[in-house]
Amino acid sequence: MDNAVKAQPNFFEEKRGILSWIFTTDHKRIGLMYLYLVLAFFIVGVVLGLLIRMELIAPGETIMKAQSYNAVFTLHGVIMIFIVVIPSIPAAFGNILLPIHIGAEDVAFPRLNLLSWWLYVIGTVFALISLFTGQGPPDTGWTFYVPFSEFTTTNVSVAVFGVFILGFSSILTGLNFITTIHRLRAPGMNWTRIPLFAWSLYATAWIQVLATPILGITVLLVMAERILGVGLFDPAKGGDPILYQHLFWIYSHPAVYIMILPAMGVISEIIPVFARKHIFGYKMIAFSSLAIAFAGSLVWAHHMFTSGMSDTAVLIFSFLTFIVAIPSAIKVFNWTATLYKGSISVRTPLLYALSFIFLFSVGGLAGLLLGSAGTDVHLHDTYFVVSHFHYVIFGGTGFGLFAAMHFWFPKIYGRMYNERIANIAWLILFVGFNVLYFPLYVIGLQGMPRRYYDYLPQYTGGHFISTVGSWIVAVGLLIMFVNIFHGMRKGPKVGRNPWGGATLEWFVPSPPPLLNFEEEPEVTRSPYNYKGVEPDE
Amino acid sequence: MSNIHKDYEGAKLGMWLFLFTEILLFGGMFLLYAIYLAKFPSEFHKGGDELDVVIGGVNTVVLLISSFFVAISITAIRLGNKKACLRYVYITIACSLIFLVNKFFEWKAKFSHGIYPDSEHLKELSQGENIFYGLYFLMTGLHGLHVIIGAVVLGFAVYFIQRDKINKEDFVFLENGGLYWHLVDLIWIFLFPLFYLVL
Ligand code: HEM
Ligand SMILES: [Cu+2]
Repeated sequence: MDNAVKAQPNFFEEKRGILSWIFTTDHKRIGLMYLYLVLAFFIVGVVLGLLIRMELIAPGETIMKAQSYNAVFTLHGVIMIFIVVIPSIPAAFGNILLPIHIGAEDVAFPRLNLLSWWLYVIGTVFALISLFTGQGPPDTGWTFYVPFSEFTTTNVSVAVFGVFILGFSSILTGLNFITTIHRLRAPGMNWTRIPLFAWSLYATAWIQVLATPILGITVLLVMAERILGVGLFDPAKGGDPILYQHLFWIYSHPAVYIMILPAMGVISEIIPVFARKHIFGYKMIAFSSLAIAFAGSLVWAHHMFTSGMSDTAVLIFSFLTFIVAIPSAIKVFNWTATLYKGSISVRTPLLYALSFIFLFSVGGLAGLLLGSAGTDVHLHDTYFVVSHFHYVIFGGTGFGLFAAMHFWFPKIYGRMYNERIANIAWLILFVGFNVLYFPLYVIGLQGMPRRYYDYLPQYTGGHFISTVGSWIVAVGLLIMFVNIFHGMRKGPKVGRNPWGGATLEWFVPSPPPLLNFEEEPEVTRSPYNYKGVEPDE
Repeated sequence: MSNIHKDYEGAKLGMWLFLFTEILLFGGMFLLYAIYLAKFPSEFHKGGDELDVVIGGVNTVVLLISSFFVAISITAIRLGNKKACLRYVYITIACSLIFLVNKFFEWKAKFSHGIYPDSEHLKELSQGENIFYGLYFLMTGLHGLHVIIGAVVLGFAVYFIQRDKINKEDFVFLENGGLYWHLVDLIWIFLFPLFYLVL
């Protein structure tokens, strides 16, 4: 490499000290701060999950009482959904990468970006306060269903206020990204040259902006109900609990696409790099992100088939639900077609990407069974649902996050982790995942209801295998994190482009300088054109 | 080196997106209103009769006037007329205070009749009336909160104008504050007929 140009300090060196981080307006630092918090809370969530599995290892009370069990699964859900999964890829990797991806020096509103991060921290603090004050941690489940959430004496108000603030943070991030993509693309970066990860962030950002306010008003109403006793959702006072469910799912179903679309974007970046082939159907993949965002906003009531809606509504929502499966399937087919006849090099990020495709497909197909009103009546609120959403959220978003962590690691730190250990960790994680969640499909089909701390003896086998699986997953995660942490500090140094990627970030130094580019980039080629791009070393 | 830059179009785009989110926030409430109106039409009618059209009407006029003044304050700053601009923003803020005072008296009268969320009196009335008043307090309350936020934003605008941070060349803060104020006005334009007139 030529070092003729005097190297600029990278964004780690630019300034030092904790204050230079928590008041930074640099998108890379903000992204990293999200990432570290997300991972810290992921670990907390995993520990809670292990406790849940521990309780369920055998019928009867094993390590906790029913009330603690309710609190633990509520916390697990609230932490995982609102604090970990929703901000995971868009807020962390979106912030780190989006501006570099499209050739910008930063996001459109750097100070607003910092505010989003602070709101995220404050929202999280509120969620934590709800644990230790009032009359005990919330025990409603992450859905805060009324009327129970109105009348339980636990600390629901504080927790939902935390969720409100987290929602605000998410909205501002989405707003920032939309503006960034519209306004700050480098010369030559027209809409058909935007990397697919940026496209997926664009679709996600629209959902964040358009769906999250509904969550905002919903949780505010829960607070109003609890504090003022208005009765909008309380049948005794003329209110209607089903309306709560509608409002809640109008946000929360689209929210599952906030969770999955960015992960799909990550996969769309990784597959072509390691197949060394132009991605198959670029436009279809970009378009299907928007189609998912749109169609996904119309299907919320498939969570309510059994709650007493009219039959017409059930029919319509069941039909619409099937439509969302189409753009998702388009993506899966395009990834597979990209791999076909590619010169594939099996590196850690690709392993995570492939397991994403597998696990997401398993979870998505189960979604079809849940989306058909007839089968859902049997499966609703059973462990089948638990398995479904862990396959799509953990197997999808979670593995997408791990894929992103391994793929962009050398770019962020300028170093490399130990690939052999990374692959071993991946294998343990992948095996453990299926041991943990697959049995839950089976006992779900057999009728094991979710959210119970005790169960009938016939489900013992499935629960036992699943609990053992949870330990395997924990071991895999431990090895993965230790390896990453070690690589961050001690890994061998790498150059700009260890994988041979063709998107803009691979042409800037690793780690990048404060304003990302040594000179203003000019885009003349597709991000998936590998002609003339060679991996260094 | 700095990564903070000025982009007029970007700032406007961001503000419009934010306004969408505000509309959707209220949209959730309007949705509830529509559904409960369909469920309890005659109770809503009865509740609507009880509200004071005069106070509501005065407040509507006050907000419309304020919207006018915030709009011409932007024209004034574009022409470089700082003094006029400040004067118009002051009038806008004064209007917001009049609005809030009016609202205070309106609510106070209701409270003194024993009408407030979860009151004994409401429990004696029908379920539909309880829901009507519940929505009335929540929606006008949420709107009132937005009036306060808007006034605070305009207060900041005053501060920036005085310090010439908002000036002939760079007035996007005032413009966005004005947009926000128009939204607050617009939402009231919907709330007013829904609660005071059509029923
Ligand atoms: C794209 C990623 C997806 C994610 C992250 C996801 C997530 C979830 C979650 C968290 C739940 C549980 C909600 C609760 O706590 O009650 C759930 C339930 C459900 N999902 Fe998905 N989902 C995804 C895709 C799909 C697809 C593609 C379909 C259908 C084609 C689908 C259909 C359903 C249905 C019908 C339920 C309700 C089941 C019941 O409670 O009876 N999901 N999903
Ligand atoms: Cu759904």
